[in-house]
Amino acid sequence: MIVQALAFYLFATVAVLSAGMVITQRNSVHAVLWLILAFFNGAGLFVLTGAEFVAMLLVIVYVGAVAVLFLFVVMMLDLNVATLREGFVEHVPMVVAVGFVLLAELLVLVGGWAVAPEAQGVRQAPTPDLAETPNTEALGAILYTDFLYLFQAAGLILLVAMVGAIVLTHRRREGVRKQRIPEQIARRKEDELTLVDVPPRGGV
Amino acid sequence: MVDFLATYLGTPVLIVLHIFAIIMPLLGSVAYLTYAERKVIGAMQMRRGPNVVGPFGLFQPIADGLKLFLKETIIPTGASPVVFLAAPMLTFILALVAWAVIPVNDGWVLADINVGVLYLFAISSMGVYGIIMAGWASNSKYAFLGAMRSAAQMVSYEVAMGLIIISVLLSAGTLNMSAIVEAQQGLWYAIPHLPMFVMFFISILAETNRHPFDLPEAEAELVSGYNVEYSAMPFALFFLGEYANMILMSGLATILFLGGWLPPVDIAPFNWLPGIFWFSLKVMALLFVFIWCRAAFPRFRYDQLMRLGWKVFLPGSLIWVVLTASVLTLTGNLPE
Repeated sequence: MIVQALAFYLFATVAVLSAGMVITQRNSVHAVLWLILAFFNGAGLFVLTGAEFVAMLLVIVYVGAVAVLFLFVVMMLDLNVATLREGFVEHVPMVVAVGFVLLAELLVLVGGWAVAPEAQGVRQAPTPDLAETPNTEALGAILYTDFLYLFQAAGLILLVAMVGAIVLTHRRREGVRKQRIPEQIARRKEDELTLVDVPPRGGV
Repeated sequence: MVDFLATYLGTPVLIVLHIFAIIMPLLGSVAYLTYAERKVIGAMQMRRGPNVVGPFGLFQPIADGLKLFLKETIIPTGASPVVFLAAPMLTFILALVAWAVIPVNDGWVLADINVGVLYLFAISSMGVYGIIMAGWASNSKYAFLGAMRSAAQMVSYEVAMGLIIISVLLSAGTLNMSAIVEAQQGLWYAIPHLPMFVMFFISILAETNRHPFDLPEAEAELVSGYNVEYSAMPFALFFLGEYANMILMSGLATILFLGGWLPPVDIAPFNWLPGIFWFSLKVMALLFVFIWCRAAFPRFRYDQLMRLGWKVFLPGSLIWVVLTASVLTLTGNLPE
C-alpha cells in the first residue's frame, strides 16, 4: 500500500508542479513540453486508481496526438515576449476585475453545492469487480449498450467539427500539378510509344 | 534465496533482475543488428561489408560504440541545452520501456497487463517527441525540417496502424499480448489478415522512419535531418533508440500476426524447440525484410508518403475492420 501512496504523491506533485510551469514559462515550446509532462502524470494517476484503459487513452490521444499538434503550431509561431508584454500595466485592473468576478462565481457555486444522496449508489452500481472484468470490457459493455445513441452522437459532433474545419480552411488552388498514380500505372507501351522505321536520310 | 525474493524487499530486486534480463540481450541485439545491416546490404550490393575488426568484422559494433563513447559531446551555441540533451534520452528510454509488455515466450513477460497493446501504442506514439525536441532544440534549419517531417509522418501512420490493430483485436477478443498469441494457436493472423499484415509492415517502416520512408533524415536533402547537430553519446542514444524501435516493432508484428512464440505447426520436431527460439527467428526474419527494403527501394517523395498513409492505408484498414467485424458476427465467431 505504501508503494501506491508514494507513487500517488510522486505523480500528483509532478503533475501540479508541471501544470504550474506551463503557465509560468516564458518560452512557449517549453510550456507545451511541461504540459505533456502534466498529461503523462495524469495518466499515471489513472493507472493508480485502476483505470488502465482511460490512462492509455489519455496518453495516446492527448500526449500522442493533441500535444504534437500544439507543439507543431507553437513552434511555427513567431512569438516575441517583449511585444506580448506591451501594455501589460494598463490592462491589469481589467484583468483583476474579471478574475475576481470569476472567483466569486466559483465560490458561490461551490458553496451552494449539494450532492444528491442517491448519487453515490448510482456511481458505484455500474462498476464491476476490477479483478474479474477488465476495464476495456466494462467500458465497452456500457458505451455500446446503454449509452449507444449518446456515444454515436458524440462521434457525429466530432465528425461535423472535422468537416467544418476542412471546409473552412481548404482552398482550391489553380495550376497545381498532382501525381495521378492510377493513370501512371494504367499506361501501356502501345499507347505511349510508336516505333518508326526511319529510312536513312529520310527523316521522320 | 527464493524466500527472500518473495518478501517485500525482494520484489523490487526481482523486478530489476528481470529488467536486466530483458535489456542486456536487447542492447546486444541492437549492436549486432547494425552489423547485420551492414553485412546484408554489403552482400546485396556485392561488397563485403565490415570485415577488418575481429574475425569477419564481428567486433565492429563494439569498436563503433567505443568510438562514440570516447568522443566529445558538442552542444551547439544556439541550442536549448536541457531540451537538446533530454531528446536523445527520451528516445532511448521509450525504446526500452516498451519491452515491458512484450512476451517473448509463454509467460516470459515483465508486465502481463490487460491493456498491453494500448500501452505499446501509447509508448510508440510518444516516440515522436524525441525527434521534435531534438529538431527544435538544435536551432538549425535542417534539424527542424527533419523534425517537422517526422512529426507529420509518424502521426499519419499511427492512425492507420491503430485501425489495423483493431482488426486483430476483433479476432482475438483481448488487448493482452500473451492472450493474443494464444488465440493464434493453429492459425496465425497473418493468413486471414494478410492484407493487414502487409500494410502493418509498411506502416512500421514509416513509424520507425526507416527506408523507403526515411524522409526525416534524408541525407541528400537534409544532411542528416533531426540529428545533424548531435555528436558522441547523444547521437549514439538516437541510433540505439532507432534500432531498438525496429526490433520492438518487428516483435509487435510477430505477436500480432505471426503467432509470437508459437511454432509454425504444433507437431513433434517443431514444438521441441523453446518458444523464444521461434520468437527470435520470426523477429529476425522481419528485421531482414527491414534491411532488404533499405537496399531495394528508392525513397518516397513527401506527398507520395502522405497520399499512401491517408488515402490508401486509412480507408483500406477501415474497410477491413468493417469486413472483419461483419464476417465474425455473421459466422458467429466473435470472441466473448
